[in-house]
Amino acid sequence: MQNAAMNIEDKGGDQLVLHVGPQHPGSGHFRILVTVDGDYIVGAKPDPGYVHRGAEKMAEYRDYIQNIPHLERPVIIDATGVTLPYVLAAEKIIDVEAPDRAKYIRMIMAELNRIISHLYWLGIYGIFLGHSTMFMWPMGDRELFIDLAESIGGTRVTFSYVVPGGVRNDMPTNFTERALKTFDYFEKRIEEYKKIFFNNPLMTARTEGIGIMTKKDAIGLGITGSNLRACGIDSDTRKDEPYCLYDNVDFEIPTRKEGDSYARCIVRLEEMQQSMNIMKQVLDLMEPGPIKQVIGGVMRGEPGEAFVRTEAARGTMFYHIVSDGEKNPYRVKISVPSFRNIIGMTHLLVGSRLADMPAIYWSLDYWPVEADR
Amino acid sequence: METFEEFVKRILTILFWFLLISPLIIFPVLFLLIPILGIDVTFANEILTATIDPLKAIKLADRYGVGPSSTFFKVAAFPGFTFAALVATLTILYERKLMAKAQLRVGPLYAGRFEGFLQPIADLFKLLGKELVVPEKADKTFFWAAPIISLGLGASLLAVIPLSPTSYIARSDFSLLIPFAIIGFSPLVVLIAAWASSNKFAFIGGLRALHQLAAYEIPMLISILGVVVLTGSFDLMKIVEAQKDVWFIFPQFLAAIIFYITILSELERIPFDLPEAETEIVSGWLTEYTGMHFGLLQLGVYIKFYVLALLFTLLFLGGWNGPAFLPPIVWLLTKLFFVITMIILPRAVLPRLRLDQLIRIGWAWLIALSFINLFIAVIESSLGVI
Repeated sequence: MQNAAMNIEDKGGDQLVLHVGPQHPGSGHFRILVTVDGDYIVGAKPDPGYVHRGAEKMAEYRDYIQNIPHLERPVIIDATGVTLPYVLAAEKIIDVEAPDRAKYIRMIMAELNRIISHLYWLGIYGIFLGHSTMFMWPMGDRELFIDLAESIGGTRVTFSYVVPGGVRNDMPTNFTERALKTFDYFEKRIEEYKKIFFNNPLMTARTEGIGIMTKKDAIGLGITGSNLRACGIDSDTRKDEPYCLYDNVDFEIPTRKEGDSYARCIVRLEEMQQSMNIMKQVLDLMEPGPIKQVIGGVMRGEPGEAFVRTEAARGTMFYHIVSDGEKNPYRVKISVPSFRNIIGMTHLLVGSRLADMPAIYWSLDYWPVEADR
Repeated sequence: METFEEFVKRILTILFWFLLISPLIIFPVLFLLIPILGIDVTFANEILTATIDPLKAIKLADRYGVGPSSTFFKVAAFPGFTFAALVATLTILYERKLMAKAQLRVGPLYAGRFEGFLQPIADLFKLLGKELVVPEKADKTFFWAAPIISLGLGASLLAVIPLSPTSYIARSDFSLLIPFAIIGFSPLVVLIAAWASSNKFAFIGGLRALHQLAAYEIPMLISILGVVVLTGSFDLMKIVEAQKDVWFIFPQFLAAIIFYITILSELERIPFDLPEAETEIVSGWLTEYTGMHFGLLQLGVYIKFYVLALLFTLLFLGGWNGPAFLPPIVWLLTKLFFVITMIILPRAVLPRLRLDQLIRIGWAWLIALSFINLFIAVIESSLGVI
């Protein structure tokens, strides 16, 4: 009986090389070359770059306003998270400052986007562990937050809402009422999520003690965001270097000591609660006022450069913009959290079992398009 | 684009015109052929009348050995293959609707006026219309053989399982053992399919299935021995008769739980669906199968689903025993429906296990527990509980 299963790129012996992705239900636009020996992974080589579009270079051919919808593309799932630091950096170059109300609305949009992004992640994590209900529930509840964001931004995901000088338009008048209703509903849903998924003994058996990242490794590899907080480090750009008006609100940074897949999951769940907490406070603090500082003519700034770091859904989003006084930026450098978070993945995968691969891979919340940009 | 309803309408229209026109051609040909071939004229007459009179059709079928009481009808229609395939397809539909309700969705909705109840037919047409892709490096013979063997094994399981005191295909003193002997072959089908696909993911899936099925068939067999000890018979008829007063789920509760867990594993359902774990190994041993190949494999699996649910009903839930105001078969189907629901439900609430956890549960827990259950059965039997 002829069989070729064993001799495709076979290294000999008992080892088998698996191409997980880019056409694999558990990969995304991304490939991991996994070498397995029996049920154990002995080698893992992440292979990003399938969706590289040269977003940084393309940004040099667009002016400051055109760059907003452009730079939103890599992370449409967290559109405000990726455009907010760009706009903040552009504001430094153009030398304008947004009014207070605009800053508060930006915070609301950023936190809404964080929840939308985390719910998407949670849904995929559910199906990665074979839990189809946990795929459908967050995806359904995500629509509520998308509706909220749509009522402010006008579109479902790619809002292009934050612009230099403020935000595009004011919130609808009934937003507070709608938002609080949604938050109440979602608080209840989080308890149900815990019942069916996070406290599910099979789920904890699958994720606890899997893919442990130590504090030292996490710092050494430059991991940011929820993955870092799951290692026991309470690092959050919103607290460390407050931008917008995050120093006016009071919130906690959820952390866990374990650094395993479960810790990364539960940290993200608690972050969603904190996001709602922030939004509730912001809705209280907000006062009527202007939402935009009008900039006449084409936006351009003095030659110089600006650095801005914010906390996007996946971690610290860093922008470095260089201006030479023209209407287009001279250089836009984006340092995205996903790319830094993926570096640790090889270390986490080697030595674990093949079945743990999705549980570890997606617990890092890697977004290939963001990493490749 | 035509909708599914328009598609069905088109098919029905074609059928209508075919039925209307075909007699105009077939009957003259038939009448011309009768004198040439020397067929008895009364026979031709009977066939023609049978086409419009069902009672005469049954009588005619009876005379030629294919009537409702004949073995052929039992094997082919009820309680044999057609009935099992019908239950299997309805199970698929029921599973999809139930999962959808649990997940705040609507599920199949558009094929058929009421809640998409024609979805199985739509699925069938879809699968029939798909191209059968056989990988270039696959072992063609075994690749083609696996779906057929799978369905054949599923169908042969039906041979000795009774549905009621009167409706069964064959009677055997070992009717409990025969299905398990046939189920013992199912790892082979998986291995043939996995090996012949010549795909790494299929290969891993096949090996996983082999581990899993080997680990769970032993506790499955030992857990049903408790029932055998209590009744002293391997005959399903006698086992059901012994449950007239008390169902075996009460004295043999542990066995029922072990049997239920092993059913989930045997059917590769969540949390034991490792051989088909999508996010790890694409679709496991089913990866390379398309179209009706896939359909036949699935039908085989769902007929096995029906048989195992039926065995659970017969062994632990008293089979067709029930108050006399309903016929036995209705009681059996009611209990079967309940068991099928119980087998589907874990998919809505549980994630997938890992291979080492699965093997540990199988070898370390279930086998030990099933032996403990055997002792319980022996004690109960010696005390004369039943």
